Amino acid sequence: MNEKFSLSIVVTNQPGVLTRISSLFSQRDFNIDTFTSGKTEDEDYARITITASGDMRKKEQMIKQISKLYDVKKVEVMQPENTILRELLIVKVSASGEKLREILDAASVFRSKVVDMSPGSVCVEITGETSKIDAFLNYIKDYGILEYCRTGLIAVQRGKTCLYKNIKTA
Amino acid sequence: MLLTGCEIIMEVLAEQGVDTVFGYPGGQVLSIYDALYKNRHGIKHVLTAHEQGASHAADGYSRSSGKVGVCIATSGPGVTNIITGLATAHADSIPIVAITGNVPMELIGTDSFQEVDAIGLSIPITKHSFLVKSIDTLAFTLREAFKFAKSGRPGPVLVDIPKNVQVSKTEYEPMGLVENIPDINADKQLLDEAVKLINACKKPVIYCGGGVINSNSTEYIQPIVEKCGAYAVFSMMGLTAMDCEHKRHLGMSGMHGLYAATKTLTKADLVLAVGVRFTERATGNKAKFAENAKIIHIDIDPAEHGKNIDADLKIQGNLSNSLSYILENINNKKNSEWDKEVENYKQHENKNRKVTALLMPWDIIETVNKKATPYTNIATDVGQHQMWVAQYYKFKMPRTHITSGGLGTMGYGMGAAIGSCMATKRRTVLFTGDGSFGMNLNELATAVSEKLPITVVIINNKRLGMIRQWQSRFFDGHFMATVLDRKTDFVKLAEAFGAEGYRANSIKELEQALDRAFDINTPCVIECVIPSDEDVLPMVPPNGSVDNMIFK
Repeated sequence: MNEKFSLSIVVTNQPGVLTRISSLFSQRDFNIDTFTSGKTEDEDYARITITASGDMRKKEQMIKQISKLYDVKKVEVMQPENTILRELLIVKVSASGEKLREILDAASVFRSKVVDMSPGSVCVEITGETSKIDAFLNYIKDYGILEYCRTGLIAVQRGKTCLYKNIKTA
Repeated sequence: MLLTGCEIIMEVLAEQGVDTVFGYPGGQVLSIYDALYKNRHGIKHVLTAHEQGASHAADGYSRSSGKVGVCIATSGPGVTNIITGLATAHADSIPIVAITGNVPMELIGTDSFQEVDAIGLSIPITKHSFLVKSIDTLAFTLREAFKFAKSGRPGPVLVDIPKNVQVSKTEYEPMGLVENIPDINADKQLLDEAVKLINACKKPVIYCGGGVINSNSTEYIQPIVEKCGAYAVFSMMGLTAMDCEHKRHLGMSGMHGLYAATKTLTKADLVLAVGVRFTERATGNKAKFAENAKIIHIDIDPAEHGKNIDADLKIQGNLSNSLSYILENINNKKNSEWDKEVENYKQHENKNRKVTALLMPWDIIETVNKKATPYTNIATDVGQHQMWVAQYYKFKMPRTHITSGGLGTMGYGMGAAIGSCMATKRRTVLFTGDGSFGMNLNELATAVSEKLPITVVIINNKRLGMIRQWQSRFFDGHFMATVLDRKTDFVKLAEAFGAEGYRANSIKELEQALDRAFDINTPCVIECVIPSDEDVLPMVPPNGSVDNMIFK
């Protein structure tokens, strides 16, 4: 049975690391839903969050195969009940007059932020879990979405535990 | 010591115990070749006819010696030419360090002459690849390459060194041989569980793969087999894990495996699988593979657990230590019922031996086997001849069977035989087919130049036999593009290359040719003409089991 899950991966901050990981996914026919990467508090390491889907076997293979890569220091499946998951969406909607009012109301209900307005269009920024973003997009789709862009998920464990504390000394 | 990048390459190669490198010069490795010209360590460079040959030679060198093989190629086509060799080594977990030159850093990305993305090309077919952007990291990176290539589950590593890095200078600090990253030792509790299962079973089989050879763990196999009354079955890569003439060595199982081996696996109640990865060629229908057995799977690579077969007991860890622990702790026992059963399967072994006056493939292999010593390296190419060698050759020593298992690279053999011969300084026989030999016979020139005692036995059926066999059985005999019938005169060809050449149409002629070939210390080609329509049998059709085995 297929399930969706998110992986956090700590890698050395080297050029080509993202290529290696994405290449592995295509090589082994793993499905990526989202892929985000960025610097961390330690300049030697970058942190990647991947959301993917697959059955138990695929999931296990994914983790083991990623773990074998030279640049990969740690791979962990993020447990949803214990993880802060966030995605950022910027959506540009065509709107004016009464419609604009409704969009602004919706934006406030979803606790999003209006980041740009121009005659005939408005840009809204919203962060949250995927389901919240999907719900917002679903609500405003009839107003006429001009374009949108979303980042994919990032994930951090709740509490004091850190994913890769002491990797250097380990 | 203030040294150039190229001088550092030589120093690191020497400190890592490299005595031979295989390569081909070119524009972006000229400086490396200049350093080879001057190198004070006497590192021998073997010039091959083609970079692909150099990569296979490094692979053959490694398989025979257990050391890391090294090849050198220039940028662009040099890199693309070694890709097949790296992929071959990757598929069989063979440690190689490939050093490639690249255009200077300031030209990278400008589509300059002979520029390709070596790293991008190598990602899926190497264990890792490094682009050395600065002279400061060169020595460290090369050492990392050796360490990563040979640690854990071994594999090929590519180090791409741009021209400007090769010629700039830095302070070099000598170091010794880099230590392997320590293996994880298997969990004692799991090993005890394995011992318990082995002690409790009545029909044990030990199933060995290439990992047993790679990890130098062969010494434990026969004692375990004898102590617990097991039989040993092998993937092609694991064939030399035990003396093939031992009565409990059942040979290779799988698509072209022997009947007794495949049947015994099916009937076993316990399979101790070590260093195998259960590919579809080895297992056939996975649901029916060892269907009556509890499977214990020991491998250094945890990703092999559950990849193809979900074993009942999965143990990750160093194979030698695991096997030595198991050997020490299992009970002595005999399984006379099991012995009777398996002996019965052996009696039914179908060798498909037609009685004929013609020279047959098994005659050729057995004749060579008789004339060879236990230490003779046996290299093969890929195809029917490769399967016949796996079925009929009685290997005595580990690392004497040099063959491309996972990738199945036709054209592998000639380069590999050169590497194998140079690593061991021992006589090497290459069994090849007219198809495979045709792919990379250029390396015969290398063997001649290096005056190597290599005997090339071409099993010539004038066909691309293995593909023809499939066309015959699964494509209604539509022999599309498999009838070679080339006019190549292999005797003259051998002579043209500066080797000796003979043709054998009978066992007697083959014996005479072999006597000559084994008497001289230079390359010799013996063409053995066999009928065109011999199939490799038995055969388990794709996704089949022993129940679907084809014998005729």
